[in-house]
Amino acid sequence: MKTVLSVVGLRREYGETVAVENIAFQVGAGEVVGLLGPNGAGKTTTISMLLGVLAPSAGTIRIDGADIATERSRALARTNFAAVYAPLPGNLTVAQNLRIFGLLYGVQALQKRIDALLTEFDLQPLRDVRCGVLSSGEQTRAGLAKALLNRPQVLLLDEPTASLDPATARDIRMKIRAYAAGSDGGVLWTSHNMYEVEGVCDRVLFLSHGRILLEGDPKSLPRKYGKATLEELFIAVAREPLTLGGD
Amino acid sequence: MDATRTAAIVLRHFYLLRGSLTRIVPLFVWVAIDIVLWGFITRYLNAVAGTGLDFVPMLLGAVLLWDFCSRVMHGVTTAFFEDVWSRNFLNLFATPLVVREYLGGLVVSSVVTSAAGLLVMLVLATGIFGLSFFVYGLAVMPFLLVLFLFGVALGILGSGVVLRLGPAAEWFIWPIPALVSPFVGVFYPLSTLPSWMQHLARLLPPSYVFEGMRSILAGGAAPAGMLVLGAALSAAYVVLACWFFARVYRHAVHTGLLARYSAESVS
Repeated sequence: MKTVLSVVGLRREYGETVAVENIAFQVGAGEVVGLLGPNGAGKTTTISMLLGVLAPSAGTIRIDGADIATERSRALARTNFAAVYAPLPGNLTVAQNLRIFGLLYGVQALQKRIDALLTEFDLQPLRDVRCGVLSSGEQTRAGLAKALLNRPQVLLLDEPTASLDPATARDIRMKIRAYAAGSDGGVLWTSHNMYEVEGVCDRVLFLSHGRILLEGDPKSLPRKYGKATLEELFIAVAREPLTLGGD
Repeated sequence: MDATRTAAIVLRHFYLLRGSLTRIVPLFVWVAIDIVLWGFITRYLNAVAGTGLDFVPMLLGAVLLWDFCSRVMHGVTTAFFEDVWSRNFLNLFATPLVVREYLGGLVVSSVVTSAAGLLVMLVLATGIFGLSFFVYGLAVMPFLLVLFLFGVALGILGSGVVLRLGPAAEWFIWPIPALVSPFVGVFYPLSTLPSWMQHLARLLPPSYVFEGMRSILAGGAAPAGMLVLGAALSAAYVVLACWFFARVYRHAVHTGLLARYSAESVS
């Protein structure tokens, strides 16, 4: 399996506080990897570094072979993301936002790609509606359409289904799974919904206090640590990380 | 440098302007009010002074030129503020966009908006008050170039300040033209100023434009040397302002300010 994202020795400090400490992981093409952990574990800090908007204190990030520190534009042209804390500008319509970000990512045959994504995410009736007046679920779908514009090698999704109803969330999960399976890209997915993670992710990384504490298959990992479900394991990571880190 | 990415920034501004009365009206209204107000003031001065001195090209022309410089600056900063107001930095700077492409987009957006303002000012000043740019001769081209470049430099500098200090710092930026105008002698010769202000004025390119303008109106030749110096200074300030913005951007990436911009965490 081709590696699309390679993270080595990644560290980020804020003064005395270490937000991310020496983490290393890879994401392969066609793989969906869950980045899990309690609030403040370092997930969003890690994603910010992967997006090039936060410089690491140490370590390297390679996206499809391009080092984000030295080949920023090349690396970011192969990346995209969706996150609830980064909605599309509310004063532009869905189609306008997609056109602008399509140009920024250098998408070929842009109009055709926009039309395909509007259809895929049921956004055709909303194409000329300003993003700021969309419901949170519609905004999430618009953000996901933008995230897939450039068919990224690395797709970063920070709680992509957090504001969706269960039916839409399942639909989105299937679309993302299909994207990973049908493209040469990989997905890094953060979520607090362990049911979702178990259904979508091929592999999970549990972050705690900025370190990767556990890594493995979300279906077998709970049993390995004596827990019945992934949610129980998550709670254990959040409350008693020291009892799990020794393996 | 990828021209398509710069075009994306310009297109975003075009989309925002199109169909937004609240964005289009200010492009014309404030400059129109200035021209009308100063047009009547100059008419009144012409009537009461009785010296034969024509205040129209001297005062109204100066107002027009200074408003053009201000509109260029505000064109850059307003395009930048659109990203501040819509909390768009994370989306923008997580793309392959680089700083020079972004700044290029802001400047091109400003060319369009300031040209619209200039056109309205010219129509009003010429049509109602009889101001003719021909009175300045060919020197009007370097006048506009110097003022355009200086406006761009101020706009980029202001954007850098807001990027560094956070969204609330925009209130430092709006009054900058008013703060600079006493030093550049928009309405009076630099010799009127105290010595320390004259020293500062020599560092500000618009001073050379307004001194040049008065020199031409007094029957002298266009001061080519002064205008070359003004253009060179303006170009240098554009380069310095870009360097400042790029440095602030790098700082924002290193400190995490860019990723949590709306938190206004100055560090």
